[in-house]
Amino acid sequence: MSASEKAEIVDLAATELRQLNSALHKLRPDTNQTLWRIANPRGRHSVAVGVDVPVTIEIDGHVGYYCAGMNKQATVIVNGNAGVGVAENIMSGTVHVRGDASQSAGATGCGGTLIIDGNASARCGISMKGVDIVVKGSVGHMSAFMAQAGSLVVLGDAGESLGDSIYEARLYVRGKVQSLGADCIEKPMTDHHKAKLAKKLASAGVTGADIGQFKRYGSARRLYHFHVDNVY
Amino acid sequence: MIPPTTPRKSATFDDYTLSEIRRAAATGIYDIRGAGAKRKIPHFDDLLFLGASISRYPLEGYRERCGTNVVLGSRYAKKPIELKIPVTIAGMSFGSLSANAKEALGRGASTMGTSTTTGDGGMTQEERGHSSLLVYQILPSRYGMNPDDLRRADAVEIVVGQGAKPGGGGMLLGQKITERVAGMRVLPVGIDQRSACRHPDWTGPDDMQIKIEEIREITDWEKPIYVKVGASRPYYDTALAVKAGADVVVLDGMQGGTAATQEVFIENVGLPILASIRPAVQALIDLGMHRKVQLIVSGGIRNGADVAKALALGADAVAIGTAALAALGDNDPALEAEYRKLGTTAGAYDDWHEGRDPAGITTQDPELFKRLDPVKAGRRLANYLAVMTLEAQTIARACGKSHVHNLEPEDLVALTIEAAAMARVPLAGTNWIPGGGSF
Repeated sequence: MSASEKAEIVDLAATELRQLNSALHKLRPDTNQTLWRIANPRGRHSVAVGVDVPVTIEIDGHVGYYCAGMNKQATVIVNGNAGVGVAENIMSGTVHVRGDASQSAGATGCGGTLIIDGNASARCGISMKGVDIVVKGSVGHMSAFMAQAGSLVVLGDAGESLGDSIYEARLYVRGKVQSLGADCIEKPMTDHHKAKLAKKLASAGVTGADIGQFKRYGSARRLYHFHVDNVY
Repeated sequence: MIPPTTPRKSATFDDYTLSEIRRAAATGIYDIRGAGAKRKIPHFDDLLFLGASISRYPLEGYRERCGTNVVLGSRYAKKPIELKIPVTIAGMSFGSLSANAKEALGRGASTMGTSTTTGDGGMTQEERGHSSLLVYQILPSRYGMNPDDLRRADAVEIVVGQGAKPGGGGMLLGQKITERVAGMRVLPVGIDQRSACRHPDWTGPDDMQIKIEEIREITDWEKPIYVKVGASRPYYDTALAVKAGADVVVLDGMQGGTAATQEVFIENVGLPILASIRPAVQALIDLGMHRKVQLIVSGGIRNGADVAKALALGADAVAIGTAALAALGDNDPALEAEYRKLGTTAGAYDDWHEGRDPAGITTQDPELFKRLDPVKAGRRLANYLAVMTLEAQTIARACGKSHVHNLEPEDLVALTIEAAAMARVPLAGTNWIPGGGSF
């Protein structure tokens, strides 16, 4: 946010969360209040949830659960760490966590982009349905569990059971994968996939990463048709 | 000549059990089916109303007023909803049911001033357009979940479990994953789909409290928020749902239906609804929340007597699923020839997951689902709901109540020791309530 742009300032030490979210929900698509700065979040849950306008909301500090939940259109920036379920069920827009994220980051996300500069804990991208997630650090166990669509890019390592019961989401990991979950396998990195990955990294502001270091993972599709020989 | 003894079949290894052993031996896989528990378990049939007598003063037949309305969500929601009758339609998914069936449910419920509920798979326009009051379910799969539909709903129901399978997830087999169903769920067409058994972004009651707060914030605290649980630990689950901030608790007994679950799960996990209502009500009473947080119960509700008994035990309303499908036309003997072709008979058809329902209800086959006229089927449902309500009022008036919510446990006795212990009412002809102790 440039210094010349006038931002709406909301201090959560003095303003009820309900007032903030309500004000954000009342914004019209052509609002002139396109920049919002949230001070003193102090780990509050549900900050800037359900926003559906193309505004930028910058939060200075750590947030609790479900920050930017069900986000549509908005760009939400967290200058701190985020608690459980940041950007859960995100539909569109961008959520950018400059610190670390707790469990279930981007859970069930249907679209848009989630960028995490630090690490993400367990179940990152669980049941994702189209969101693109880029984690510049590592992700915890059971990440991309039952992931249906979209992509999870991890520049660091992935914990146990990556992609367990995965459907059609695409997973790219640069570092070590502790183990793959049920029905998740490594797949070839074709030029097509390399180009896609490069685009996702660029949109997340990642420069200089060697695409050749990434491996791709996805569904073996053995669980797509229920059969006794495929049960785990 | 020695007189022959009559061939004797085992009560333990009966014909059904032996057939299931043979089926398992042939296939190596468990049986999957729809509907709820079919075994005989203590139920509302084991209770009787006492009616008025010298010490109780009845109301006049169908003339004196006997209220049936129920307000849901008065605890926190800015916009509570009011049902005109204490019977609502339980969550059943588009995917499991045809679009015509969902429309018919909406039409029937709306005619009677009550609500219907979405199910796993999202909200369809047919359903929203024909439901004057629509409850939007948030399930672990989050199929079709989006903030627009959340705001278009009249209430929100967070589903932790259901009576047919407490602790179990869902299935929708490939035959029913058509292009439309797959698109709504973001899944490949034709695959056997699994719905998660636990929520993706919270674990435990403390997290659920935060989740409820998030939904309230997204909907600006307007919508009533329900929490639905399968009956297993009703006292504690009700208490925890109240603590987490629910406006309404929905409690589903093991007779409650499912679209597709393992037979072994349906018949062996969870509690009968009869055994579940009193513990749940006691939890509400202990917390000072009875009638402040509303209780909806379901699982085997069939008629107005069941409605009246559930309310007398302390519930605020009931939900129906299997019975509503029967009212639409499911398992109709008029279709017997077609049920025979499927290897079953009217009244026993439960392979809802296979998508070949001749009644056009549990199917996505265009040739089959167009058989169900949503207008006529909705009319049948409305008629059935009206009869249930009249029956419940008839009993309430006979017990001297000017509102169905004034029915109370003191109006009931039990025919069996088991039912007396579960419902905590006296065994008929005695003042003995077996059991006791804490829940």
